[in-house]
Amino acid sequence: MQDVKDTSDTRGATTPADGQKTQEAGPAKPPPPNPGPARQQAMPYGIVGQRLEQVTRRVPVDEPPPLPENAKLKSIGKPVSRLDGIEKVTGRARYTFDVQLPGMLWGQRVLAPLPHARIKSIDTSAAERYPGVRAVHVMERLLSTAKLRDPKAEQGNRYPTVRYAGQPIAGVAADSPRAAEAAARLIKVEYEPLPHVTDLEEAMKENAPRVFPGPTEQPSTAGGGGAPPGLPQKGNVRGPDSKPLGMGPRGDVQRGFAESDVVIDVEYRTQVQTHVPMEPHGLVADWRDEGLTLYASTQYMGSVRDEAAEYFDLPKSKVRVICDYTGGGFGAKYGIGNFGLLAIHLSRKARAPVRMVLDRREEHVSGGNRPNSIQRLKLGAKKDGSLVAIQLKAWGSGGVAGGAGVGFCHSTLYECPNVQMEQYDVFTNAGPCAAFRAPGQVQGIFGLEQSIDELAERIGMDPLALRNKIDVSRTDDAVARAHERRVGAEKFGWSKRRPAGSDKGPIKRGVGFAQSQWLYLVHRNTGCEVRVLGDGSVEAFSGTQDIGTGTRTILAQVVAEELGLRPEDIGAHVGDSRYPPGPASGGSRVTSSLTPAARNAAYRCARDLASRLAPVFQASADDIVFADGKVMVKGKASSAMPFRDAVKKAGFNEIAHRAERRDDYEGYMAVTPEMGISRHGIGGVQFAEVAVDTETGIVKVERVLAVHDCGRPINPKLTESQIYGGVIQGVSYALYEERHLDAGSGHQLNANVDQYKIVGSRETPSIEVILLEQLGAQSSTDARGVAEPANVATAAAVANAFYNATGKRIRTLPMTPANVLAALRA
Amino acid sequence: MQSFEWVDAESVEQAVTLLGESKDGRPVVAKAGGMDLLDLMKGGVLSPHRVVNLKGIKGLDGVRFDARQGLELGALVTLSRISREPEVRNRFVALSEAAEHAATPQVRNAATIGGNLLQRPRCWYFRNEHFHQAGGDDLARVRDGQNQYHAIFDNQRTAMVHASTPATALLAYGASVELVGPGGKTRTVPVSELLLPPDMKRPRDTVLAPNELLTRVRIPAPAAGTRAAYHKQGERESYDWPLCDVAVVLQLDGRVVRQAAIAMGWVAPTPRRATEAEKLLVGRPVDEELARQVAKAAVAGATPLSKNAYKVSILETVVRRTVLAAAKA
Repeated sequence: MQDVKDTSDTRGATTPADGQKTQEAGPAKPPPPNPGPARQQAMPYGIVGQRLEQVTRRVPVDEPPPLPENAKLKSIGKPVSRLDGIEKVTGRARYTFDVQLPGMLWGQRVLAPLPHARIKSIDTSAAERYPGVRAVHVMERLLSTAKLRDPKAEQGNRYPTVRYAGQPIAGVAADSPRAAEAAARLIKVEYEPLPHVTDLEEAMKENAPRVFPGPTEQPSTAGGGGAPPGLPQKGNVRGPDSKPLGMGPRGDVQRGFAESDVVIDVEYRTQVQTHVPMEPHGLVADWRDEGLTLYASTQYMGSVRDEAAEYFDLPKSKVRVICDYTGGGFGAKYGIGNFGLLAIHLSRKARAPVRMVLDRREEHVSGGNRPNSIQRLKLGAKKDGSLVAIQLKAWGSGGVAGGAGVGFCHSTLYECPNVQMEQYDVFTNAGPCAAFRAPGQVQGIFGLEQSIDELAERIGMDPLALRNKIDVSRTDDAVARAHERRVGAEKFGWSKRRPAGSDKGPIKRGVGFAQSQWLYLVHRNTGCEVRVLGDGSVEAFSGTQDIGTGTRTILAQVVAEELGLRPEDIGAHVGDSRYPPGPASGGSRVTSSLTPAARNAAYRCARDLASRLAPVFQASADDIVFADGKVMVKGKASSAMPFRDAVKKAGFNEIAHRAERRDDYEGYMAVTPEMGISRHGIGGVQFAEVAVDTETGIVKVERVLAVHDCGRPINPKLTESQIYGGVIQGVSYALYEERHLDAGSGHQLNANVDQYKIVGSRETPSIEVILLEQLGAQSSTDARGVAEPANVATAAAVANAFYNATGKRIRTLPMTPANVLAALRA
Repeated sequence: MQSFEWVDAESVEQAVTLLGESKDGRPVVAKAGGMDLLDLMKGGVLSPHRVVNLKGIKGLDGVRFDARQGLELGALVTLSRISREPEVRNRFVALSEAAEHAATPQVRNAATIGGNLLQRPRCWYFRNEHFHQAGGDDLARVRDGQNQYHAIFDNQRTAMVHASTPATALLAYGASVELVGPGGKTRTVPVSELLLPPDMKRPRDTVLAPNELLTRVRIPAPAAGTRAAYHKQGERESYDWPLCDVAVVLQLDGRVVRQAAIAMGWVAPTPRRATEAEKLLVGRPVDEELARQVAKAAVAGATPLSKNAYKVSILETVVRRTVLAAAKA
C-alpha cells in the first residue's frame, strides 16, 4: 500500500485545546510518525461501553489488524493471575538480593559521617591487611549528584567533596560480610569539615552555607528528574525553570488576575518522602576477561548497561545485565549508582564477583527521595468558574541533586489562558532525590486540586461541576476524566456529600475528590522476539524487567492471543539485556511500549506459521485460524487439531520473528531519543472518605474509590493491583511518611522502617477500583500505563476530604497529629 | 554487628554469675526475647562480648494469680501471653491491653515482660550509633533538634522517654519487680523506682545492678470495685510507638471514686503519675466535666519542647477519654 496522508482525526483537533495552543513542544519537535509504506486503517476509538466510533489511521503496512474491544478477546483483557506468583510467594524467585555466585565476595561501603567536608586524606592500609579482604576501592567519581558547571572550583581536590552525611567514600570486598564490615571501619578518612545546611528555607537564605561552590547542572536520567541546562543559580537556589517538561508559560498572569473575580493565593508545603522499596538497591558485579556481567535490582537494565559501559570504557556488547526480579523501585532504581560503581571496581580488582547491596539505612539516605516543596499558588477565576490566571512559585530540595520541581499540571490540566510557573531547586546537604512515582506531579496536584476545590466553594459550585467546566482539553485523558467523574460520583455517593464541617462531635467525617494526570509515554526503542519451536512450544523475549507489576504475564497474554493459546503456554522471558531492547520500567510506559511490539512479533509468527500449516490443512494460509489451543480452517470445525500436534506436522525447527514498537499512529507531541510523548495523557479521578479526630489530630482514610483510564487494560487484575498500590502509597504519603534530618549533624534520624512511618494494614482504606477501557487507536494493542496516575491524586483527595470533614484546609503534609492540630487551630 | 559469644544459662544463679563478669569494653548482656537487644546490636549501639541467653531458665515463664498475693508474672512471660491470659484480662485489663497494643504480633510472640521493662529508649538520637560516637551535649542536641516524640514533662535533664508501654499499666497498678543478685540475694523494687531517666552514657536505664536479674513482676490483688482502662495513642494503629499512653485504675464505690491511679507513659523520662489529677477524682462520681478537669490537671506544668507541644493536647484528650472509659468499664 502506498504511503498515504493521515486524515484520521475525527475529533476535529490535532492540536491541544485552545488554552494549550501557545505551549511549545517539549524536548524536540517530532518527525512524522512511521515513515515507510502504510495503509489506511479503520480502527475503533472511544470508551468501551460508552460511545465507540471508527477512526481512520495511517498504519504501517505490516502492523496487525486492530484488536476489537476486550470482551471479544480470549487472553488480552482477562484477569490472569501472575504467572510467577508461585515463584514469588514460595521464595523461589531470585531477586538481586538473593544472587549468590561461586567465589562471590561481600561488599561494604564506607560512608561519610559529616554532611559537608573536604577529604584531606584516606588511608586504606589497615583495611587492606584485614584477613579476608580481597579489594579496596576509594571513589574518585560520584554519581547521583548535581555537577559543578565549572569543575575548576574543586579542581585541586583528589576526592569528591562530601556533601551529605552518608555519602559513600570507599568500598571493601571481602570473603564474608563480617570481614567487609570490620575492614570498612578500619579505613581512616581525614576530613576538613565545612559549614552545612539541611533545611530548605535555611538553604534559601543569602548567607546560607553553599552546598556547591558554583552553579550546577543535573541532566535527567532515564527515570526522569533533572533540570534543564544553563539555569541561573544564586547560592543554593537554582532556577527558575519556567517550562517544566517544555510546557508553559503562556499569556500574561498579571492581566489575568486583574480580570479575575476571585483570586486564591495560598501556600502549600510537602515533605521529603523516601522510596522504601522492599528490596534495596543492589548490584552483583562479575568482571571477567570476556566481559562484565551485572546482576542488578533495577528499573532499567539499559541504563545499567550504558552507565557501566561509559564509566569503565567497555563496548556495550561486553556488558550483560541480568535482572530476574526487582523488588520495587518507584523511580529510584536507574543506572549503576555509587554502590554499583564500587562493586564493579572491586570486582575488577579482586577478579571475583562482588555483591553490593544497600542496607535499609543507606537505602533511605542515599537511595533517592521525593523532594519537599514550598508552593505559592495563585489562581484567578471568573465567577462562573473559568480560570483566568494560574501563577506558581515553588521551591524544593532534592538534597545534592536537582529535579525538585512540582510537575506540569498547572499548565496542562485545566484550560487557562494565562499561566506562569517558576520552579526552583534548592540544594541542601542531604541525600540525592530521584524520580518518584509521578515526579513533581504528586506535590503539584496536592496544591492545585485543593485550590480548585477552594475556588469551587468560593463561587458556590460543586467541585465536580467546576472540573467539568475547566477540564476540557480535547485529549483522551480529559475525555476519560469527564466519564470517570460521572461514573465515580454515582458509585461513591457524591450527591450525599454534606457541607464542610457538618459533624458536631470530635470525630468528623467528610469526602473529597481529586484528579490525576500523567503523561502517556512510549519507549521508542522497544523490540520483542517470539519463537515457535518445532514441538509447538512458544517463547517470547524482551529485554525489559519486571519491578513487580506482572510484566511477564502481560507479555504472555498478548502472545497467547495471537496464537490462540493460554498465557501459561507461553514462556515469557524478561530480565536479560541480551534480549531485544525493552522499555524502562518507569514513567508508566512498559505496557504501552512492550505489548504492541510483542503483538507484532506474535502476529508475524502466526502468519508465518499459518503459511507453513497451509499444506498440512490443504487450505490457504489466510484461512488458518488459531483459537482455543487449536488450529483449524476457518469455518471448518472438523479440521481442528491441537496446536502442538499441528506444529509438529508442519515439520520445522523454529520460527522466530522480532518486531518493534511502532510510533503512535497519530504521532507524538514531542520526542526524546528514548521516549515518545503523546499529546494525550493518562489519568483518573479519586474519591476519598476520611474521619478526623479533631482532639488527637488522627486522620483515618476509610474509603477510596479510584476510577482510572489506561488505554486498553491488558490484565485488569494486575492493573487493579497496581492501583491499589498507588492508593496505598498515596495514603502513606498523605498521612505518615516523612524523612527527618537532624539539622545539627545532617544525619537522618528515622532511616529505618520503625520510625520512618509507612501505612500499615490497619491504616489501609477500603479501596475500590473502576477501570475504563479506552481505545485511542494509537498502536497494535492500544495499551497505556497506570502506575503513576494511581498515586497522583490520592493525597489531594484526602486533603479535600479533610476540608469537607473539618471546614479547615490542611496545606502541609504529612497530616500528622502535629500538622493536623495546627491546621485545625489556624 | 560484631562477633560475640553466646551462653545458654540454665539457672538464675548461673546467669547472675555470668553477668557479673561484665567489664568495660567486654560487656556481658542478658537476652530474653532478644527483641531490643538485636535492634541495639544491629544499630551498632551495643556490641556485647558475650550474650547470656535466659530463655532456657526454668520457672521464669509462669503466670500465677492468688486472691491474696495478686498476680505474679515470670520475667520470661511473653507479651502475647499477657494479652491473652484470662487471669490478666479479667483482673488487670489495663495491662493486657498495654501488652496487646505493643509492637506487632510477631514481636509480641517473642518479647518478654522482663525485656520489655528493661528496654532502652526509642529516641532516634539514642538509636543512632553516630550520636554515641559524636560526643557533645545529648540534651542540647534533642532540644535544638527533632524532638517531636520526646518528653513534655521533666525534660530539663533528659528529654528521652522510657519505651515500655506495659510499664505505664504496671505503674498504675502499683506493681513491683523482683531482682535477684549474687548468692540468690533478692530485693523487691516498685516499678515506680525501677526505672531511671534514660541516659545515653549509661548502659541501662534502671536501678538493676550489672549482676542482677529481673525475675518476676508482681501486681497486688485488686480491691473490690476496681475498674481500669488503657489507651495507647500512636500516629498509626498497626504498629507504632506511642505519642503517649495512659493507664487509669479506679476503685469505685457505686459511682464514687475511692482511689485513683493515672499513669502516663512516653511524656516524661519515666512513666508519670498524675497525682494532682488523681486527687480530683477521689470522693466524686466520674462524669464528662470531672474527666475534663482531671485531664486538664494531668497536663498542668507541662514544659513542651520546640516541636512537641501538640503532645500536650493529645495527652489531655487521652487522659480524659481513658478516665471515662475506666469508669464505664
